[in-house]
Amino acid sequence: MSSATGLPEGVAAAPVPVAEAGTPAWQRLLLVAGGVILALAPLWLLESFHLFQLTMAVIMALAVLGLNIVTGYNGQISLGHGAFFAVGAYCTAILMSHFDWSFWWTLPVSAAVCATVGFGIGFPALRLAGHYLALTTFALAVAVPQLLKHKAVEDWTGGVQGLFLVKPDPPAFLPVTPDQWIYLVVVSIAAVLFFLTWNLIRGRIGRALMATRDHPTAAEAMGMDIASLKTKAFAVSALVTGIAGSLSAVAIEFVAPDSFTIFVSITLFVGMVAGGVASILGSLFGGLFVLFVPNIAESISKAAPGVIYGIILIGLLFVMPDGFAGLLRRLTARLRRGGTS
Amino acid sequence: MDGLAHQIIAGIATGGIYASVALALVMIYQATHHINFAQGEMATLSTFIAWYLVTEGVPYWLAFFATIGISFVIGALIERILLRPVQNAPPLTHVGVFIGLLLIIGNATGWIFGYTTKVFPTPFVSDRPLMGGLVSAHELGTTAVTLVVLMLIFVFFRYTKLGLGMRAAAYNPRSARLVGINVGMMLALGWGLAAAVGAIAGMMVAPVVFLDPTMMLGILLYAFAGALLGGIDNPGGAVLGGFAVGVLENLAGAYVVGTELKLTVALIIIISVLLVRPAGLFGRVVLSRV
Repeated sequence: MSSATGLPEGVAAAPVPVAEAGTPAWQRLLLVAGGVILALAPLWLLESFHLFQLTMAVIMALAVLGLNIVTGYNGQISLGHGAFFAVGAYCTAILMSHFDWSFWWTLPVSAAVCATVGFGIGFPALRLAGHYLALTTFALAVAVPQLLKHKAVEDWTGGVQGLFLVKPDPPAFLPVTPDQWIYLVVVSIAAVLFFLTWNLIRGRIGRALMATRDHPTAAEAMGMDIASLKTKAFAVSALVTGIAGSLSAVAIEFVAPDSFTIFVSITLFVGMVAGGVASILGSLFGGLFVLFVPNIAESISKAAPGVIYGIILIGLLFVMPDGFAGLLRRLTARLRRGGTS
Repeated sequence: MDGLAHQIIAGIATGGIYASVALALVMIYQATHHINFAQGEMATLSTFIAWYLVTEGVPYWLAFFATIGISFVIGALIERILLRPVQNAPPLTHVGVFIGLLLIIGNATGWIFGYTTKVFPTPFVSDRPLMGGLVSAHELGTTAVTLVVLMLIFVFFRYTKLGLGMRAAAYNPRSARLVGINVGMMLALGWGLAAAVGAIAGMMVAPVVFLDPTMMLGILLYAFAGALLGGIDNPGGAVLGGFAVGVLENLAGAYVVGTELKLTVALIIIISVLLVRPAGLFGRVVLSRV
C-alpha cells in the first residue's frame, strides 16, 4: 500500500469518481461540446460592456476556485486571498509597464511568485486553525494596500496612482476586437486551470487534502504528511488566484492599491460560500454571483447595497449552506431518481 | 527624551483601547471559540449612536451610559438571532455569518449616519497642562476609563454568581447545564457584555481618530494582535497584550516605519507571535488527546 487511498501510485491518477462512473463517453463529449458553445456564444451575443463584465466574472470564478482549493477542499479558512490576487496583478503590471514584457511571458512569472508567496504564508498558517487563520489572513489582506503604497516600492508599483497597461492585441488572423480577444484568452486560461484543478482534486492528492480537512489525526495515522500537504495546498491555491489577478490586470488595463482592499478578499469568500464550498462547478457560480449580485443589491437599495449583500450572504448560509452547486446537485439527483423509477 | 516619553504615554492611552477590544474578543472567544470579525463594526455603530445622542443635546455621560445599554441589547440580540441557529455548524459558516454581519453593520452605519468624518466630543478637558505637558487630558481620561472597565469586569467574573456562571458555561457547557446554569442565556449575556465593552472602546477612541464608518478596522487588528500576544484564552494577558501593542505601535510608527505602515505592524506582531510562541505570553498550551 503506497498511498492512503489504498491505490498504488501509478493507478491513482486514473479517474475514479463515483458520479462519473456511469456516464458514457458520448455524453461526456456532448457536455464538453455544450460547454465550449456556451463559453463562445457571448462573443457574438454580447456587446462590449457586457462582454467585459462576463470576462470579469470568469476571472473572479478563477480566483474563487483558488480559494476553494485551500478553504473548501483543505479546510484552511482564508480571508486574505485578495492579497494573492493583488500580487498576481502587480507582477503582470510591473513586468509589462517597466520591462515591456509581453503579457504571455508574465503569466509563468506571476504564477511562480504567487506560489512562492502562498508557500510562505502557508508556513505560519500551519500553526493556526479555523478562526485564527481567518483573522491572520484578514490582517494580511488589510495590510496589502498600505504595502503597495509604501515609499520603498513606489517606483515599481506607481504608488497611489497605480500603473496603466495595455491589452494584448489579437493576432492578425483572427477577426476579433481586443475586448473579444481578452475574453477568449481569459476563458481559455480559466478552462485549462479548471480542468487541471478538477484533475488534482479527484486524484490521490485531492483525497489527501479532503482527508486532512475532515480528520487530520486519522489522515496523519494513514501516513500523510499534513504539514507538507497544507503548505502545498496554500501554494497551489495562491497560484490559481494569482493568475486570476494577472488576468484582471490586463482586462482592466489598470492596477492601483485601492482596488485591492480587504473587500476583494471578502468578495472571494462570499463567492465561494454562495457558489458552493468544495465544489469546482460552484466556483463558476461564485464568480457570476460576486459580479452580478452586487448590481442586484444596488437595484434593491441604492443607499445601502452592502446591507442587502450581507443579508443575502447570511440568508444563503442559513437556507442553502452548500451553495448553488449543492442546489444543482440535489435537483439533478431528484431528476435522475424520477427518471429511473 | 521628552519625545520618547510622550510616545510611550500616548501608546499606553491607545493601548487601553486595544486592551478593551482585546478583552471583548477574548470574552467571546472563551465562551464560544469564535472570533467576532464584526466586533469593530459593532463598536463603530455604538459610537455613532452616542454621537447622535450627543448632537441631539443629551448630556455626555447620560449618552455614554445609554449607549452602553443599547449596545448590550444589540449584542445579545445578534447572538440570539444569528449565532444560535448555527451553533453547531462548521467554523466556515461562523466566519461567513461574521462577514455578513460586518457588511450589514458597516454599510448600515454609513447609510444611516453618512460617510463623512465627524468630530466626536471628549468629556476630558483640562485648562492647564498635565504632568508637564506630557499627556493630554483625554489620554489620561481614556486610560482611567479603561482601567475602571477592566477592574469592573474582573470583579464581575471573579466575585459575582452570574460571573461564575458565565465562566462555567464557557469552560464546560455540558457540566454547567447539569448544575442548572442556563448556558444559552450566558452566551447571550457574554455577547452583550462584549458589545458594551466594544462601545466604550469606540467612544474613547473616536475623539482621537475621528468618527467614520471604517474607524475600527485597524483597531480590531491591533486588538487581535494584543489578544494573541497575551494569550487568547487569558483575559488578563489579553489586556496586557493590548497595552503592549499600543506602545509598540506608537514607537514603531514614530521611529521605525512611519505612519503609513502602521497596520502592517499589527500583521507582523500577529505572525511573529504565531511563529515564536503560538500560545501567547500568558496563554495555556493546549494539548489535545486523541
